[in-house]
Amino acid sequence: MKADETLDCVGLYCPMPIVHTARKMKELKAGQVLEVLSDDEGIKEDMPSWCKTTGNEYLGIEEEEGVYRAYVKKSG
Amino acid sequence: MADKEKMTVIVYSGEMDKALAAFNLAIGGATSGMEVTMFFTFWGLDVIKRNEGGIKSKGIMRKMLNLMDRGGAKRLPLSRFHMLGMGKWMMKKLMKDINFPQVEELIALAKEFGVEFVACTTSMGIMGISKDAFIPEVDRFAGVATYLARAKESKINLFV
Repeated sequence: MKADETLDCVGLYCPMPIVHTARKMKELKAGQVLEVLSDDEGIKEDMPSWCKTTGNEYLGIEEEEGVYRAYVKKSG
Repeated sequence: MADKEKMTVIVYSGEMDKALAAFNLAIGGATSGMEVTMFFTFWGLDVIKRNEGGIKSKGIMRKMLNLMDRGGAKRLPLSRFHMLGMGKWMMKKLMKDINFPQVEELIALAKEFGVEFVACTTSMGIMGISKDAFIPEVDRFAGVATYLARAKESKINLFV
């Protein structure tokens, strides 16, 4: 999946990936896509949940060798 | 956008592990777009006491209490396996291994995302602690009516 920005949260645990995501999303424009890398399995549930609470669009998650890539589109 | 959703966390406990849980939840709420209030009461006041300098109080009993229970984010004990600080030292090391923030860093993160800190004036009265005992991040000094007014309009109200 193509993203406008990538955030590396490998080695961090809840709530830090969400903290960094929230911070980064403030810089993005509506419609831009953020890719979040994480090796905390909790991200699989946390990212869609965070999107649901904040109203951003959750585009999905990919896993490769223990690293998750979650995609979030900033809502308008 | 409509009014933001609200959340409150009562921090009653003054132990490091419980403070971590409270801040984790508050920061989670704040980074999810909620307006979060943390209400520090009783032993929870230890979490927001200054780390530096002494805490002044009047009367021998209150002086003793504040000497034995100095507080400050860096001084909080563990609720289990504290073992005169050895357990805490180990827990802090384990946290560092996974880059998990310490309580003082969580305080800074909570403030970055606009979490409001309220200190309970009744507990301050009982323990003889004045406003200058606290970190400047404390926004307000208030009592139960303030907490309840906030809790009533919040969807999530927690007690730690």
